[in-house]
Amino acid sequence: MYVAVKGGEKAIENAHAWLAEERRGDKDVAELSIAQIREQLSLAVNRVMAEGSLFDPDLAALAIKQARGDLIEAIFLIRAYRTTLPRFGYSNPVDTGEMTCDRRISATFKDAPGGQVLGPTFDYTHRLLDFKLAAEGEVAPAPEGQPRSGSTPHISGFLKAEDILQDEPASDAAPGDLTREPMEYPATRPLRLQSLTRGDEGFVLGMAYSTQRGYARNHAFVGELRIGKVAVEMEIPELGFAIEIGEVELTECETVNQFKGSKVEPPQFTRGYGLVFGQSERKSIAMALVDRALRWKELGEDNLGAPAQDEEFVLSHADNIQATGFLEHIKLPHYVDFQSELELVRKLRREAEDRISPKEAAE
Amino acid sequence: MSAYNFAYLDEQTKRMIRRAILKGLAVPGYQVPFASREMPMPYGWGTGGVQVSAATLTPDDTFKVIDQGADDTTNAVSIRKFFEKTAGVATTEETEMATVIQTRHRIPEAKLREDQILVYQVPIPEPLRFLEPRETETRKMHSLEEYGLMHVKLYEDISQHGAISTAYAYPVKVSGRYVMDPSPIPKFDNPKLEMEAIQLFGAGREQRIYAVPPHTRVVSLDFEDYPFEATKANHPCDLCGAEDSYLDEVIMDDAGNRMFVCSDTDYCRSRRKAGHQGRMATEGAA
Amino acid sequence: MAAHTQFSGGFQNAPVDAAHAFRAAMTVMARPGEIRSVSGCQPPAPLSVAAGVLLMTLCDPDTKVHLAGATNADAVRQWLTFHTGAPLTDATEADFAVGTWQALGPLNQYRVGTPEYPDRSATLIVECDDLQQTGPKLTGPGIKGTAHLSLPDVRALQTNASLYPLGCDFFFTCGDTLAALPRSTQIKDRG
Repeated sequence: MYVAVKGGEKAIENAHAWLAEERRGDKDVAELSIAQIREQLSLAVNRVMAEGSLFDPDLAALAIKQARGDLIEAIFLIRAYRTTLPRFGYSNPVDTGEMTCDRRISATFKDAPGGQVLGPTFDYTHRLLDFKLAAEGEVAPAPEGQPRSGSTPHISGFLKAEDILQDEPASDAAPGDLTREPMEYPATRPLRLQSLTRGDEGFVLGMAYSTQRGYARNHAFVGELRIGKVAVEMEIPELGFAIEIGEVELTECETVNQFKGSKVEPPQFTRGYGLVFGQSERKSIAMALVDRALRWKELGEDNLGAPAQDEEFVLSHADNIQATGFLEHIKLPHYVDFQSELELVRKLRREAEDRISPKEAAE
Repeated sequence: MSAYNFAYLDEQTKRMIRRAILKGLAVPGYQVPFASREMPMPYGWGTGGVQVSAATLTPDDTFKVIDQGADDTTNAVSIRKFFEKTAGVATTEETEMATVIQTRHRIPEAKLREDQILVYQVPIPEPLRFLEPRETETRKMHSLEEYGLMHVKLYEDISQHGAISTAYAYPVKVSGRYVMDPSPIPKFDNPKLEMEAIQLFGAGREQRIYAVPPHTRVVSLDFEDYPFEATKANHPCDLCGAEDSYLDEVIMDDAGNRMFVCSDTDYCRSRRKAGHQGRMATEGAA
Repeated sequence: MAAHTQFSGGFQNAPVDAAHAFRAAMTVMARPGEIRSVSGCQPPAPLSVAAGVLLMTLCDPDTKVHLAGATNADAVRQWLTFHTGAPLTDATEADFAVGTWQALGPLNQYRVGTPEYPDRSATLIVECDDLQQTGPKLTGPGIKGTAHLSLPDVRALQTNASLYPLGCDFFFTCGDTLAALPRSTQIKDRG
């Protein structure tokens, strides 16, 4: 006797229990604390904050722990939590010129006011497995220098002073928000940047790389990359002035791109822009390259048909939470649709056979 | 559950969804953009339907969730539990008892009533998407009522295969104006789209809501010489003997023997309870 | 009851009151000609209970509201702002407008949507002295056969329907009752 598959509820409960056990792993090994993840896996935490669009290292660390280190799953947890938060207001735009830079480099000038500050970078490490770390990772304190005081001017400012870099018009208009308004094409640049900064690092990296390999090449130099903390200020109507409500760590990248001029613009340098939560260097550079590629229309460049120039293509597929959900949903039962396909294919085959066989009979 | 609002979503989100539903009802079959929220379940797993249900439910409702016609498929169970927990609504597996039914891929066999609401989970709301991937283009085509491409595609099927090779998510024209994707229901279900109940469609990842009011004309696209056919497996249900229900095909053994059973588990159960028996029903059944 | 202030007269239990109110609003929009009663809030005069409930259920800082005629009074403005945070606007920019038919007119000043986004149109909440299932004959989506509804101005509403799929959508309110007329409904003067 056939008994239909039942007991979905029990199966789900059991799966969840097993999942929790697997997450914990071998109980003879000490459990990870949130603080350990936050402090020692900080770049993973940064990625989760950037693509989760929520600056909270502790919550990001918790999400990573809960997701067993699956960062996209962790980003999903943060996103789902974020949407439930009430909005109390909007901060003023942060001033990255006032950033306390841990790292600040330029590929376009050997030196500039504010200096080249390498900071905690992997750049010149030799990628050799450090077996000492397997035993213990205690480190001697790094040498300290005198912190610079005052603001650090943007490299782009020096080019702009020479009038050789395209000017970006300042605007006080409130930018759109794709988490509150459905996306509409063509999108504005602020919306594009929002989509890219929370977009999947791998996807944005791949798109940026494609421009370097000739799919709408835009000759980018890293004009400046800076990482550090900036103050977040909010206007309090009752007070009538802005107060600092906290600080966030950001990575900002401005690329300087060669531009031969077009029908509408004289030859000059143009810019791509990347701004990402935390120390997220690869992401911010990639974002700047894709941003620049997407600006072809406003700069009067040709549409080369390259993927990275295609705004609707890039923005519709950059979000890894949308992508992974839809990709993985094909695991769900589809037997109703499949059944209808099955019957259709059987029917078409029957009809095709009928068409062929009478002829054969006649021969 | 006090940590979350009634039916999980905050009131401002519900208002936004409710406004979209009203506009959807006013322009049947037109896809209203809405700022879909991230839900605590993945995109593609019913987030659109869940948001529409959350904006529609009241504490007095009795809620039913089906996936592939069945109440006990894992994702249906998961969504039902979500609303039990966050909205405290009564739930049921009986179509008859439900006031709001959320569905994935099926329309229940039992005729729905005026006091019921059917909420569909929709993966790709745009019926023209597989002919034209660009939203900017398909939006223009809808605005100009330019559906020639769809007819060309269906006609190419006929010239190539001798039949229209779309078996589910079969496109319909609503109230003589908009071509609409009825979600991936088998085309067997298409004639039921003209019904007494309000039908709401939610596509979370694609950020669209659309609706079909009761008694609205819904016509499956076809040609005079190739009229639309609502097909199903040519068998009765092996458990309840129903001749008129959509069937799942089940592989029974290593030899590949098959049986056919109603995909609508509640329909099958209620028929067996009423004494109907199929070929493989035995005393141990139900 | 104490004197009406801007702080009073809102939903007692917003999530549940709004859910019930929306179901009534959805039912009448889906079934032109049907009349439902709603409750849950006490708006200041001259707003009817039904109009107040609709505003509370559908409006917030994301929707622009036009108060037409006598509804554009201090008490109403303060009440609406306090309970919904909806910005006030003129007819041409309104997502929602409320007032008597006389005060709301002329109809052609409201947004009717665009061919690509017909949803971007105004919803008018028309305060009526009387709301009955009699009068002009209605046919179209949501209606089994025909329905009847007392409408303020058949000609203007026919013109609106002729713009389909563009056009405004209407709620008619009277005391605690409401009905609706989407742009999809065809109207015949007598039948």
